[in-house]
Amino acid sequence: MSTKKPMITCRDVHKWFGDFHALRGVSMEVQQGEVIVIFGPSGSGKSTFIRTINRLEEHQRGDIIVDGIELSHDVRNIEKIREETGMVFQQFNLFPHLTVLQNITLAPMWVRKWPKERAEEKAMELLKRVGIPEQALKYPGQLSGGQQQRVAIARALAMEPKIMLFDEPTSALDPEMIKEVLDVMIELAKTGMTMLVVTHEMGFARAVADRMFFFDKGEIVESGPPEQLFKKPKEDRTKLFLSQILHH
Amino acid sequence: MSETVLPPLTERLTPLRWAYKNLFSTWYNALLTIGAGALIFWVLRGVLFWALDTAEWRVVVVNLRLLLLGQFPIAEVWRVWLGLALLALLVGNSLGIWGRKARGAGRVTIGLLVLLAALAIVTRDNPRLWLLGMAGLVGLGWYVGRSAGKAVERVVIAGWIIWPPVFILLLRGLSSASDVLPVVGTNLWGGLLLTLLLTIVGIVFSFPLGVLLALGRRSALPIVRWFSVAYIELIRGVPLITILFMAQLMLPLFLPAGMNIDRVLRAMVAITLFSAAYLAENVRGGLQAIPKGQYEAAYAMGLNGMQAMGLIILPQALRLVIPILVGQFIALFKDTALVSIVGLMDLVGIGKTVLAQPEFLGLQREVYAFISMLYWVLSYAMAYVSQRLEISLGVGER
Repeated sequence: MSTKKPMITCRDVHKWFGDFHALRGVSMEVQQGEVIVIFGPSGSGKSTFIRTINRLEEHQRGDIIVDGIELSHDVRNIEKIREETGMVFQQFNLFPHLTVLQNITLAPMWVRKWPKERAEEKAMELLKRVGIPEQALKYPGQLSGGQQQRVAIARALAMEPKIMLFDEPTSALDPEMIKEVLDVMIELAKTGMTMLVVTHEMGFARAVADRMFFFDKGEIVESGPPEQLFKKPKEDRTKLFLSQILHH
Repeated sequence: MSETVLPPLTERLTPLRWAYKNLFSTWYNALLTIGAGALIFWVLRGVLFWALDTAEWRVVVVNLRLLLLGQFPIAEVWRVWLGLALLALLVGNSLGIWGRKARGAGRVTIGLLVLLAALAIVTRDNPRLWLLGMAGLVGLGWYVGRSAGKAVERVVIAGWIIWPPVFILLLRGLSSASDVLPVVGTNLWGGLLLTLLLTIVGIVFSFPLGVLLALGRRSALPIVRWFSVAYIELIRGVPLITILFMAQLMLPLFLPAGMNIDRVLRAMVAITLFSAAYLAENVRGGLQAIPKGQYEAAYAMGLNGMQAMGLIILPQALRLVIPILVGQFIALFKDTALVSIVGLMDLVGIGKTVLAQPEFLGLQREVYAFISMLYWVLSYAMAYVSQRLEISLGVGER
């Protein structure tokens, strides 16, 4: 453990939407290079939780520390954390008025102040990595769902983040496109990227996850390495949920 | 091997079959066709008979300069022409640069040249020379834009930004002592020139103001939001004519004695403030159509609020509302006619003075028909250009 340092520290994180208590004291420590898979029934707070890490949702109690920076109301801290954190959304959220290349170079040019040539070079390198360099000059609307999500991953990586957050990245995809996105994510996991992935793709979890967290009703019910959760889950709720998503 | 399959016979239309299918398919369609045809014939015959035979167009011919320029001094009319010539160069340049992307730009260019040539044929002396010069500048600009392309793009955009103030400066003049550009008082601005100036100033200034108000109405800061809401709702609840009256009649009461703000300027401000409130609501409609995910994606990659708005949200929102904004600008163009009621000599106002000339008493139909035609031609031109713009930007295709 001495060589590793905590990348994300969450202590007793609470979040309310009005009267609804969405997160009830979530604590988690993520080491550099770890791949974390978060799963659970819908409405369990798993998406809300990873969205608090880059402040797309504001937590109301507890501490979140990302790469040594504490998330507070200080806008500078929030922006600094967002620069270090890439996010991939369920609905891709590419910018439809910009080309694929412009989608990827936008943040490096405006936030990191890179010259255009450098940003474009990086973008093409990333597009090659996700396997669609030939789509660079097209608009998002001209691509398939799987291609769009791979562009979204490239866009997040263009900022050279230390952490990648994935919020159900394959849930909006047609079945035949899920694999092409998961392959990119598996390859990324192998490079040592710190990743938090909300997903029900248990094949992905088995292949690359270091630890898994099962969320229900705003709490972490159970966590541990994949083989432990798959083979001998301790909690009944975990058993029930896994049996539902694994045998259908 | 696949053979070519022709559509069924019924789908291949001859003119006769087209007429049968669309005009006489049932007995009541036939009846409607005949009835409508008779009505169109009757109306057209009446209009043409009046326009070509009864109407005394001399009133328009004699007063043409008045209708177009008001009482702008003859010796200084060259300034108007110079401004228009610069505009012709800009238009030609823009068509040359961006014409490749926009279908129909070629048609616009040729149409413009034909129009200028036709006008040159019916005019004489100086106007003819200026018109021919403008046609030449459109052609020259087009050629330069076409061959230089990206290299002059920035210059042309800058040109569009500085053209309105340059034009107004040209018209207004530098100082009363100046030999080259003596001041021409705005009381001498009139006719179509004044109508267009009110429109241009209204559009140029109400656009940024309206966008700011739209953003203000969605601001997280309560003071900014309340101010925007109050402003928008107040202005929208009042007719334009009352705002014009306030600007012309009430404002002087509140100003210290001896202080006087130009009347044309007051009308410009009133129109701008009025238009901005409506524009704000239209832009807000566009902003609301942008999904939340676009904001989240922008913020998640580290853009700050201004960058997210300026680079991601506004470009998409404005593109969505282009058709509505053009509609609003056309309405603004026609609404400027109301300034005639508060005594400014715009197209309608000057029309009224023309009708007061003893020589031309009772020729309302001719004068108002001519004025309406000018409004229609210019409104339609705006609508046509905006349609081209929409197509080339792909509005409604995504």
